Amino acid sequence: MRLEPVANPGWPRTLGLPALALGGTVAIAMALSLVAGSNPLAVLGLIVKGAVGSKFALLETLNRATPLIFTGLAVAVAFRAKLWNIGAEAQLYMGALLAVVLGTGLLPLPAVLLLPILMLAAIAGGALMLLGPAFLKTRLGVDEVVTTLLLNFVMILFVSMLLEGPLKDPMGMGWPKSERLVAEARLPRIVDGLRLHWGFGLALICALLVWVMQTRTTLGYEIRAVGLNQRAAAFAGIPVTKVVIKTALISGGLAGLAGFSEVAGLKGSLTLDLSPGFGYTGIIVAMLALLNPLGVVVSALFVAGVFVGADSMSRAAAVPTYIADILLATALLLMVLAIMLTRFRVVRG
Amino acid sequence: MPTDPGARAVLRLRNITKRFGPLTANDAITFDLHEGEVIALLGENGAGKTTLMNILFGHYMADAGDIEVFGHALPPGNPRAALEAGVGMVHQHFTLADNLSVLDNIILGTEPLWRLGTGRAAAWARIEQLSRDFGLAVHPEAKAGALSVGERQRVEILKALYRDARILILDEPTAVLTPQETDDLFATLRKAVARGLSIIFISHKMHEVLAISSRVLVLRHGKLVGEAATADTDRHQLAHLMVGSEIVAPEVGGAAPGAVLLRMREVSTTPVGNAVGLRALSLDLRAGQITGLAGVSGNGQAALADLIAGETVPDSGVFEVAGEGVGAWTPRAALDARIGRIPEDRHRTGTISDFTLSENAVLEAYEKEPFSRRGWFDWTAVDRHTRAIIERYDVRCPGPDARIRLLSGGNMQKLILGRALEAEPKIILAVQPVRGLDIGAVTYVQNRLIEARDAGAAVLLISEDLDEILTLADVIHVISEGRLSPAFARGTKTPAELGVWMAGQGFGEYSHAA
Repeated sequence: MRLEPVANPGWPRTLGLPALALGGTVAIAMALSLVAGSNPLAVLGLIVKGAVGSKFALLETLNRATPLIFTGLAVAVAFRAKLWNIGAEAQLYMGALLAVVLGTGLLPLPAVLLLPILMLAAIAGGALMLLGPAFLKTRLGVDEVVTTLLLNFVMILFVSMLLEGPLKDPMGMGWPKSERLVAEARLPRIVDGLRLHWGFGLALICALLVWVMQTRTTLGYEIRAVGLNQRAAAFAGIPVTKVVIKTALISGGLAGLAGFSEVAGLKGSLTLDLSPGFGYTGIIVAMLALLNPLGVVVSALFVAGVFVGADSMSRAAAVPTYIADILLATALLLMVLAIMLTRFRVVRG
Repeated sequence: MPTDPGARAVLRLRNITKRFGPLTANDAITFDLHEGEVIALLGENGAGKTTLMNILFGHYMADAGDIEVFGHALPPGNPRAALEAGVGMVHQHFTLADNLSVLDNIILGTEPLWRLGTGRAAAWARIEQLSRDFGLAVHPEAKAGALSVGERQRVEILKALYRDARILILDEPTAVLTPQETDDLFATLRKAVARGLSIIFISHKMHEVLAISSRVLVLRHGKLVGEAATADTDRHQLAHLMVGSEIVAPEVGGAAPGAVLLRMREVSTTPVGNAVGLRALSLDLRAGQITGLAGVSGNGQAALADLIAGETVPDSGVFEVAGEGVGAWTPRAALDARIGRIPEDRHRTGTISDFTLSENAVLEAYEKEPFSRRGWFDWTAVDRHTRAIIERYDVRCPGPDARIRLLSGGNMQKLILGRALEAEPKIILAVQPVRGLDIGAVTYVQNRLIEARDAGAAVLLISEDLDEILTLADVIHVISEGRLSPAFARGTKTPAELGVWMAGQGFGEYSHAA
C-alpha cells in the first residue's frame, strides 16, 4: 500500500472526507456511550442540547470558547511561521497575573484608562513569556517545543507560589486565590443580565485582525514565507530572525489576552484553576482550523460546545465527561487523517 | 565495440510502464542487454532514465511489465533479489557510509549476521584482486569520508563487483568527474566488458555515449524513441532523437567588456561542514562580459556563490561591489547592490513551492513599493508584476495564482530569471542555470543571459558542464579546492587543458598577481 498525491482534489474529496471524519467521531462517541450503558442517541442529544439547547447553554459555550479563540489564534499565528509554541498556557497565566497585579487597586484609574492598560500589560506579559524561547531558538538553536512546554510548569508553580504568598487574598478564607479586580478593571457584559462578557467580542476582533495581518500585510507575507521555506526566505533577503521574533510577540500577546479576558471578564480573580489547559486545547483548536484565523473561531466554538455539552450530559446520563476528551481526540486524529487523504490517495500494491 | 549478434541476452525488459500521478515516467519500454555489451541510455533530464533503472534495481515497482535476468523472472520491488541475480548499481549520488573504511563499506551487508570472525583477511585479498583486475586503485583501510569523488565512485563500482555483479548499471557516472577521471572510468569499464560483464551506462552527454557504448537507446518523455548501433550513428542524429527537434546553439557575439563591477582580492571564507571554503581567491567581474567558472562539483563553487549572493561574508581579503567595499553583507544588501541571483537549487532556494507564482515573483522585492506600502501588501501590484513576468519571459502556467510547485523546471527557472532580470541587475550570478531543463528552456535561458551581457551586465556563470562554459563564457576561470585559476580568454584552452586545472594541477606554479 502506498500514497500517491492527488493533483486537483475535487469537492467530494475536500468536503466529503472532513464530513466523514466528523461522522466517524460521532460514531465512536456513540459506541462508547453504549459501552457505558446509555442510549447513544440520547447521549448525543444531551450533548447537543447541553451545548446549544438553551440561551444559558449557548452563552456558556460562547464563554468557554472565548479563551480558546485567543489561545487558538496564538498557536495558529506561531505555527504558520513553524514556531512551535506549546507554551500558550504559561503565556495565558502571565497575562492574567499582570492584569491582577495592576488591576486590584494599584492604579486608581477610570475603566476607560484602566482596561486598555491592563490589556496592554497582559499582551506584553504573554509576549515576553515567548520572547525568551524565541531568542534561544534563533540565537542558539534551542528547540522551542521543549522550552515553551517546560515554561508552562515553571509558570504554574510560580503562580502557585504567588497565590500562597504575596498575592494571597487576606480575605480569601485561606484559599490560594488573589484579591478580586476592582470594578473599573472588569470587562462589562455584552448584554446586561446575561453571562457573556466583552472578552468574546475582543476575541472575535482579534481573529479578524490576525486574518487581516496574515492576508493583507507585509508581515503576514513574511511569516508565511518563513514558515513554508526558511532557506528560500533567507536567500530572498527576508530577515528570518526578526520575523520569528515578531511572530513570537504576536503569538504570546494573544495568549496573554486570554488570561486577561478570563480574569477581567469571567473570574474576577486569579486562581490556579483559571485555565483547565486552555493553552494546550488551543493547539487542537488551531489544528482543526488548519491554522486559519477565522477557522479558529469556528473550531473554538465546536470544541467549547463539546466540553460544555458533555458536562451537561454527564449530569443527566451515566456517561462520564471524559467522553468530551475522547470526542476531541478522535475529531483531531480523524480530521488530520481526512486532510491528508484529501491530498493523497491510497494505492494498493 | 561492436555487439556480437549471437551473444545471449542477459537482461530482458518487457513493456516496463511506470506512472507518477498524471506523469508517465516510463511508457512500455522494451529492450535486451547482451553479454559483454555496453548499452548507453541517452536522454534529457526527466526523460525517465533513472526511473527505469530504479525499477530494474527494485527501488520502484513498475505499474506494468516484466524483467528477466539470465533467463529468470526478477521479482519486482526487491533490491536484494536484483543483487542476488547479479545486477549492481552505481548511483548518481553515492551511498557510502562516511565513517566506515573502504573495506567495511564494500563488505557491508554481505556478511552473515551470526558468525564469529569476519573473514576480513579474505575480503581484503578479494578486494585487492578486484582492484588490480579492473584498474580501480583505492586503499581498503581509508575512511570513505576522506576519499575524493573519483575514488568514491571506484568504491561504488568495487562494491558491485564484490557482490559478483554481472550487469553493472551506472547512473550519470561522469557528472562528478574531471575529463581525465572519465577516461580512467572508461578504461575500467572496457576491462569489465572484456571479462564478460554487461553494462548500462546512463548519460545525457553525447560524446561520452559515443566513446563507450556499443549500442545507444534514446529515451524521450518516458518512451524509447530510438535505438542504434553506436557505429552507425552520430552526434547529430542522437541529439535530434533526444530532443525531438533540431538544436540551435545560442549565438554568442563578441563581448565588449567594461568596468570591473565586482572585485575580489585574496578573499577567503570559512568552510561550512564538509564543504570547501575559498582560499585567497581573486576575481574580477566586468560589465558586458560572461565569466565562466568551471570546476568539478564541490570545489568551492558553492562558497563563491554564497558569498556573492550575500549569504556569507568574507573572512579576509578585499570584496568590492561597484568600486566600494561592502558594509553588512546580507542577501538584502546583495539585492540592493543590484546583484541578480539565479540559485542552484530552484526548488528549495529559488522558490517557495507552496507559494503562488505571484508570491514567488516578488520574493526579492516584496517589501518595496509598489508591492508594500507602509506595511500593507498590495496584491493588485503584485499580480500586475507577475503577469508582466509571465508574458515577457514566456512562463507557461495556469496563471499567477497557481502554486509554483505545479510548474515544470523550465518554467520555474524562467520565473526566477524574470524576477532577477526585471530588477535590472548590474551583476548576475547564475549557478547551473540550465541544469535539468528541457532543450527549449536551455536555449531560452542562455539567450537571455547573453542579452543581459550585451546590455552591460557582468555575468558570472557557474557550471559543472564544461560544454556550457565553453559555449557561453567570454573568460573562463577554473576553481579547484577553493583556489582560482588565472582567467583564460574564450577559445584559448581546450577541454583537456582545462581538465588539468580542474584536477587541481597548475595552481602550485601560479600565484595571482593582485
